[in-house]
Amino acid sequence: SKLATVPGTFPPVSDPVTPQGKATSYNNFYEFGTDKADPKANAGKMHVRPWTIKIEGLCNNPKTVDIDALLKFKPLEDRTYRFRCVEAWSMIVPWVGYPLAELIKFADPKPQAKFVEFTSLADRSQMELPGGFDWPYKEGLRIDEAMNPLALLTFGSYGQTLENQQGAPVRVIVPWKYGFKSAKSIVKIRFTDKQPTTTWNDMASNEYGFYSNVNPGHSHPRWSQAHERRIDASVFPKTIATLPFNGYANEVASLYNGMDLNRYF
Amino acid sequence: MSNRTIRILKVLLFLAALVPVAGIVWQFQTNNLGADPVNTLTHETGDWTVYMLLASLAVTPLRRLSPKLAWLIRFRRMLGLWAFFWATLHLLTYVLLFSGFDLPGAFTALRAGDLHTVVEDWKAVWPTMVEDIQKRRFIQVGMLAYVILLALAVTSPQWVLRKMGGKSWQTLHRTVYGAAVLGIIHYWWLVKKGNHAPMKDTVVLALLLLARPATKWLQDRVAARRKMNAATA
Repeated sequence: SKLATVPGTFPPVSDPVTPQGKATSYNNFYEFGTDKADPKANAGKMHVRPWTIKIEGLCNNPKTVDIDALLKFKPLEDRTYRFRCVEAWSMIVPWVGYPLAELIKFADPKPQAKFVEFTSLADRSQMELPGGFDWPYKEGLRIDEAMNPLALLTFGSYGQTLENQQGAPVRVIVPWKYGFKSAKSIVKIRFTDKQPTTTWNDMASNEYGFYSNVNPGHSHPRWSQAHERRIDASVFPKTIATLPFNGYANEVASLYNGMDLNRYF
Repeated sequence: MSNRTIRILKVLLFLAALVPVAGIVWQFQTNNLGADPVNTLTHETGDWTVYMLLASLAVTPLRRLSPKLAWLIRFRRMLGLWAFFWATLHLLTYVLLFSGFDLPGAFTALRAGDLHTVVEDWKAVWPTMVEDIQKRRFIQVGMLAYVILLALAVTSPQWVLRKMGGKSWQTLHRTVYGAAVLGIIHYWWLVKKGNHAPMKDTVVLALLLLARPATKWLQDRVAARRKMNAATA
């Protein structure tokens, strides 16, 4: 359904928006199958109401919040971001949400909390949950990353509520990182003092680092990350150069001052 | 089976093998190659290479099941050549699309007689491919498998067989097993950990490889029994 929005705090990127049909039919959401067409075919089984999100761990306001309360907690903004998959394709997607920082401020993390962990839904009655993975899917950010104004608690795209295959009813979008860092269908947010174990990093730490910032200078073992196929309205995507931090270096590069980005890839 | 029937069946097999080619052309014409056609085409051409290779490897175990199936051998070369055809398309999708080479742009430039742009674009993507070949093992095994299929395709005509002599020709063509195994390794090495998509092809290849000693054993046993019956008769 349609979502009422206010103009975003960030100007939308100038590149043409990816057609909605492509953005909602080409997804990595392994809970529904490993092929990129699987999520659209299988995610219809997921119930996105009722839905609650548990806020827990090192915070002063642990709480279980209802999705509809969360949706109304702050005004929803339009944010059109570049979306870069670790597989070297990218899209331009108009997301709808408000800064993740708002939710974190509400949770009021304790001083010793350094990381935020996101847990996605894992329910065999609604999902395929292929073998070989330690479900549920988990992702994580450093608190200062999560507090960055670009990090978006996302409820919709293209002015409408998220399709199930996009990670409905609520996900995060961290536009300067590879797509898998942006956890989908979140049921739990936990504050920790240690770097949390995250699904892909745990599966293959030489391929998927905890940070996974978009970095054209750091190749994936199986392909170069210097370029990406931009999925837009044309039949064949054009290959374009990948930008450091996915083009958001001005906003986020300072988070990593003094860090060796080839070591902390 | 008469030569005439075989000829008709060969035409039918050829037409059947054209169906997936037509399927891809149709997908292209109706704009149904998905959000990332480069990805779709790479996967579909790779899949069909493996399917055709597996089909050609199924011929020997099948015909060993019964002397009445001996005629199946007449179709093996065609299946092998189809595998080579798909492998070539697969390599071309890598070189001309996956590499980042601007193929639609190159067509436009060529039509305008602008060869310079095409060469410049090629020069831009070439280093990525060199790096892939130097660094990435899934590319290396894929390339090696292609070189094998190329050698087999080139030596497939009857007159080459005669020129080479049956023995060395057969030795060379046994490397098809290597190509198939390398192809499956290529598939496993390119998918993400946790993705078991290559499993089906792997199981079929394993069965086809195991079927060889199994059917050989069966054949020998039948022959031995026949010999014994002949001796006691």
